[in-house]
Amino acid sequence: MKKRRLIMRTLILFILAAAVAYTLYANLTKDNRMKVEVGKQAPDFVLVDMEGEKHKLSDYKGQGVFLNFWGTWCKPCEAEMPYINNQYNHYKDKGVQVLAVNVSESELAVNHFIERKKLDFPTVIDTDGQVQAAYGINPLPATFLIDKDGKVVKYHTGTLTEAMVREFMEKIKP
Amino acid sequence: MAALSSNLLYIAFILYLVATLFFGGAIKAKNNTGEKKSTNRWGKIAVVVTIVGFVSQVGYFITRWIAAGHAPVSNLFEFTTFFGMCLVGAFIVIYFIYRTPLLGLFTMPVAILVIAYASMFPRDISPLIPALQSDWLHIHVTTAALGEAILAISFAAGLIYLVKVIDQSKASKRTFWLETVMFGLVTTLGFVLVSSLFSAMDYKAEFNWIDKNDIEANMEYTMPAITGPHEGELLTSGKFEPLVEMPAMINAKKMNSVIWSFIGGIILYGLLRLILRKRISAALQPLVKNIKLDFVDEISYRSVLIGFPVFTLGALIFAMIWAQIAWTRFWGWDPKEVWALVTWLFYAAFLHLRLSKGWHGEKSAWLAVIGFVIIMFNLVAVNLVIAGLHSYAG
Amino acid sequence: MKDVKCECGHVNPHGTVLCEACGKVLVEESPDKSLLDMRYEGSARRSQTYNKTIVDKIWNFFSSVKVGVWLIVITLVASAAGTILPQEMYIPPTMPAEEYYEDQYGWFGKLYYELDFNNLYSSWWYLILIAMIGISLVICSLDRVVPLYKALKAQRVTRHEGFLKRQRLFGISENGDHDDLAVVKQRLQAKRYHVREENGDLLAEKNRFSRWGPYVNHVGLIIFLIGGMLRFVPGMYIDKVLWLREGETKVVPETDGQYYVANEKFILENYDKDKDKTFEAAIDRAGMVVKNYQTNAVLYKRVGPAIPGEQPELEKVKEHKIRVNQPLKFESFALYQVDYKLDELNTMSFSLTNKESGKAFGDIKVNLYDPKPKYDLGNGYAVEVLSFFPDFEFSENGEPTTKSRIPNNPAFVFKMISPEVPKGETSFVAIQQTIEPLGDNQYKMAFKGIETKNVTALTVRKDLTIWIIIIGGILFMIGVIQGAYWNHRRIWVQNKNGEVWIAAHTNKNWYGLKKEIESTILETKLIIPDDQMQKERNDKEGV
Repeated sequence: MKKRRLIMRTLILFILAAAVAYTLYANLTKDNRMKVEVGKQAPDFVLVDMEGEKHKLSDYKGQGVFLNFWGTWCKPCEAEMPYINNQYNHYKDKGVQVLAVNVSESELAVNHFIERKKLDFPTVIDTDGQVQAAYGINPLPATFLIDKDGKVVKYHTGTLTEAMVREFMEKIKP
Repeated sequence: MAALSSNLLYIAFILYLVATLFFGGAIKAKNNTGEKKSTNRWGKIAVVVTIVGFVSQVGYFITRWIAAGHAPVSNLFEFTTFFGMCLVGAFIVIYFIYRTPLLGLFTMPVAILVIAYASMFPRDISPLIPALQSDWLHIHVTTAALGEAILAISFAAGLIYLVKVIDQSKASKRTFWLETVMFGLVTTLGFVLVSSLFSAMDYKAEFNWIDKNDIEANMEYTMPAITGPHEGELLTSGKFEPLVEMPAMINAKKMNSVIWSFIGGIILYGLLRLILRKRISAALQPLVKNIKLDFVDEISYRSVLIGFPVFTLGALIFAMIWAQIAWTRFWGWDPKEVWALVTWLFYAAFLHLRLSKGWHGEKSAWLAVIGFVIIMFNLVAVNLVIAGLHSYAG
Repeated sequence: MKDVKCECGHVNPHGTVLCEACGKVLVEESPDKSLLDMRYEGSARRSQTYNKTIVDKIWNFFSSVKVGVWLIVITLVASAAGTILPQEMYIPPTMPAEEYYEDQYGWFGKLYYELDFNNLYSSWWYLILIAMIGISLVICSLDRVVPLYKALKAQRVTRHEGFLKRQRLFGISENGDHDDLAVVKQRLQAKRYHVREENGDLLAEKNRFSRWGPYVNHVGLIIFLIGGMLRFVPGMYIDKVLWLREGETKVVPETDGQYYVANEKFILENYDKDKDKTFEAAIDRAGMVVKNYQTNAVLYKRVGPAIPGEQPELEKVKEHKIRVNQPLKFESFALYQVDYKLDELNTMSFSLTNKESGKAFGDIKVNLYDPKPKYDLGNGYAVEVLSFFPDFEFSENGEPTTKSRIPNNPAFVFKMISPEVPKGETSFVAIQQTIEPLGDNQYKMAFKGIETKNVTALTVRKDLTIWIIIIGGILFMIGVIQGAYWNHRRIWVQNKNGEVWIAAHTNKNWYGLKKEIESTILETKLIIPDDQMQKERNDKEGV
C-alpha cells in the first residue's frame, strides 16, 4: 500500500517534470528552430537560371549541392560571392554544384549583379517566394549544404570566409 | 434620441442621490438588526427610488444604443457609466436577498461616484473602429462590467465590516489604511468637482510643446497648468503659466489632472475633518452599529462567489473569444489583459485563503477592499496611464 | 502507519480528524472545544500522513494550499510588474530593444531590460511559475478529492454527540415527537433534500455535487494549461505574416505549397461626418476615425503535385473580403487583416526629352518590380537601364546602393540613345534629383508620373491547441459555477437522550440554510437551532 503510493507519486511527479522540462526546452529553442533540419531530406525545388536552363535539386543526386540564398542589397552576400565563385571553379569538376537562389528580385538587378561580380555558377530567381517559404529563409545570406543523397548536412547564416567555403565544399564532395 | 438619452442618465443620477439620502434616513430611523425581514418606510422608499433610477438608466442605455447603432460600451464614459449601472443592479438583487438598507448607504455613493467620474470624459457618441466592430466585444465588455460590479458589492460590504470592527478610539495601522480608502473615495469626488468647476468656467489654455520624438505638438489644457509640458509655450493669453515643467516622457496634462484631483481631495477631506472633528470612518461608525458582523461578512463572501464566475466569463473567456477573432490570438499580454488576469488571480487567492486557510471576517474584508482597488486600477490607471490596445480615448 | 478504529466500528485512515462514519472527534484540533473545522470533512489529507522520501517531500510541498496561494500571489505580482513598461512586442521597431528602453525610460528602462522584464511573459522563470501552479493544481486536487469522496460516502446517518454539538447551527428541542419528525422529513424532501433515515434519526442532504466544483474547475485549468503547453510543439501553432501587393498572388506559408492567396484590392475607409451625423462631434474631436480595413482576397488551391518553384496550376477555392473581425478561414488556417501600407510605388514613367527644345521623343514606363534592360522608342531613340536601385542611398564610400528590394526610393542610371548621340548619354535619375556624371547631356529623362499600389499584411494563423483550450475553459466555468452557485447542505435531526437534536452544516450561504431550516420546522414543536458562531461573537461584542 505504502509502496504503491510512493510509486504513484514518483510517476506523477516524473510526468509533470518531463512536461515542464519539454515546454521550457521548446520555448527557449523556438527562435532557432529550423524549418529544414540538418540530417533531413532537403525539399526539392525547380527554378530557371539566367540562361533559361532549369535546375531541379533532385537532378543533382550523386553530387554535393552548395545552396546559397542571397539578395543584391545584402552586403554580406555580396562579400562572400567572390569566394564562392573561386571555390566553385575549383570544385565543380569534383562533383560539387553551386546553386545561388536570389530572393524575388528583378532579372535586371540580378543580371547586373552577376556581370559586376563576374559569377560563373548558375543563379536562379525565386520570384514568388515558394522556395524561400519551403526552406524558411530568414535572414540572409543563408547557406545549406546538401550531400550526394540529398540530405542537409549543414546550415549556416552570415558571411562566409573563403576558408569556410572551401571547408564546406570539401564536406559535401562525394 | 441622444438628448433624451442624456436626460435619462441625468434623472437616474439625481434619483441615486435621493435614494442615498433615504437609505441614510432608514438607518437613523431604524432599530432592528438588519437581518429581519421588515424594513422601515424610509428603507422602502429608498429602494423604490433606486429601482426607478435604475430603470431610468436602463432607458439611457437603450436610447443611446438606438442612437449610436451599437451597444454604448465603446468608450471610457460609456463603459464606466455602464459599470455604475451594473453596480446599482447588483445591489438591487442583493438587497432583495438580504434586505439590508445599510448596504445601500455604502453602495449607492460608490455608484454615484463612478457615474460622476465617467461623465468627466468626452460624452460624444463615437463611431467604432474596425477592431471594435464585433458582437463579442459587446458581450465581453458588458459581462466583465457586471462581474466587476458584483465584486464591488463585496467591497461595500467589506467596508461596512471594517468601519464597524476597527477600533477608532486610538490611531493604528488599521485606522490609517481604512482612512486611506476613504480618502481615495473623497479624491475621486475631488476630481469630479475640480473638473466640473473648470469646465463651468470654460477654462482653456493652449500650449506648444516638444514631444519625446522631438516633434512640436499642440496641447490644450482644461485646468490651470501646474505641471507644464516639455518645453511648453503658453499660447492663450491671460492664462496660468505652469509652475513646473515635465520631461517629454510624462504626459504633463494627465499629471496636472492628477495633481488637481489631489488638491481637490485634500481640501474636501480637510473640510470634512474640520466639520466632523474625527476620522471619516469614525463618523460613519454609528451608522453601522446595528449590523451583525457575520451577516456582512457573508454578504461580502457571497458577492465574491457570485461575481467571480461572471468576471471570469466576461473578462477572461469572452475576452479571449473576441481577441481570437479580432487580434488573431486569444491572449496577447496587453496591459489590460494582464490586469484582468491579476484581478482574477487575486480573487482566486481570496477564495483559497477563505476556504482553506480560514481567512474570515476582518482579513476577508480587507481582501475585498484590495480587490476593488485592483479593479479600479484596471479601469482608471491602465486606461489612462498604461496605454495598450484597450486604451479608449482619454 | 496505523488506521484508526472509531468507537462506532468504522476504520479510518491514519490522520483522520473526524470519524468518516459518525463524526466523532478523533484528533482534537481546537482545545477550547469550540466549533469543528469541517474543511474536507476532517478527512485525512494524504500529504500529511507521512514525510519520508524526497518524493514525498516534493509532493507535500505542492500539496499545500499555502504554497498554492503563494504561487498565485507571486505570479500576480510578476504579471503586474510586466505592465510597468511596454513589453518588447509592443515597442515600435525603430530601434533595437536594447537601446529603446534606455533611450525612452532612462536608467529605469535599462534596469527593466537587464532584468529581462521586456519579455517577461515568455521568460523561463515566468513559465516555471505557471508550471508550478499547474503542478500544485494537480497534486492539491488529487490529495483532497479522494479522501473527501471517501468521507462523504462513508458518512452514516446517526452521528456522534460531540459532532452535532459542535456544528455551527445546533439546537436541542426537549419535546419533539415522532409526528414532528415525519413532518420535517416530508418538508425536507419537498425542498429536494435527499433524506436518509436510520433508527429514527434523519440526515437530509442536498447539492453534494457542488463539493466537486473546485476539482472540476481545477481539471479545466489543467487542461487549459496543457493546451498552452502544446503550443510549443512544432506544427501545433503557426504565426506568420504575409505581405501582399494588390494584384499579387503568393503561396500561403506553412501550407506545404497547397494554398495560394491573391490580393485583388485593399480598401481603407474612414467615417464620413457628413454621412454619419451621429458621430459628428466625436469625429471632429478625433480628426479621423477608421471605419474599415479590407482586403478583397481570393484563395486558390494547387491542383496536382508541384515542386516549389514550378508554376503551379491553381484552382479558385473562394473569394472573401478579409476585414478586422472577419478572417478568411480554410482547413485549420485563418488569414487575418493586421496591417497595411498605402500607395507603395509600382511604376514610374519618364519621357525622353531634348533639354533645349523641350521636345519629347517617347515615354517609358518602368515596372519597379521588373524593369527591362532596354526600352526601344523607335526612330533611333532608346533608353537602356544601366543600373537600378529600388531603395536608393549613398553608401559610406559614396557609391549609390540599395537598402532593400522594395522600391521605396527608386533611382536609375539611364543611358539615353538618340540619333544625335548614338553612343548614348548617361544620366543618374532619382526622386527630385538628376546627376549627369559624364558632363552635360543633350537629353534628359523627364519625370512623368507614378502608379502606386496598396499593400496588405495578413497574419497566417493555425492553432491546433485551440480546442483543448476551449474544453479547458468550458470545464473551468462548469466547475466554478457548480462550486459557487450551489451549496452543499446537510441537516441532522437526531434523537439523543429523548431529546431532538438539530444540527446543520453548509460550506457557504448560512443565511439561506437558516431560512430553509426555519421554514422546515415551522409550526412544529421543534426549536430553531442557534447560530453558535454568531452567539460566540455577540458575546464578545456585547450586542
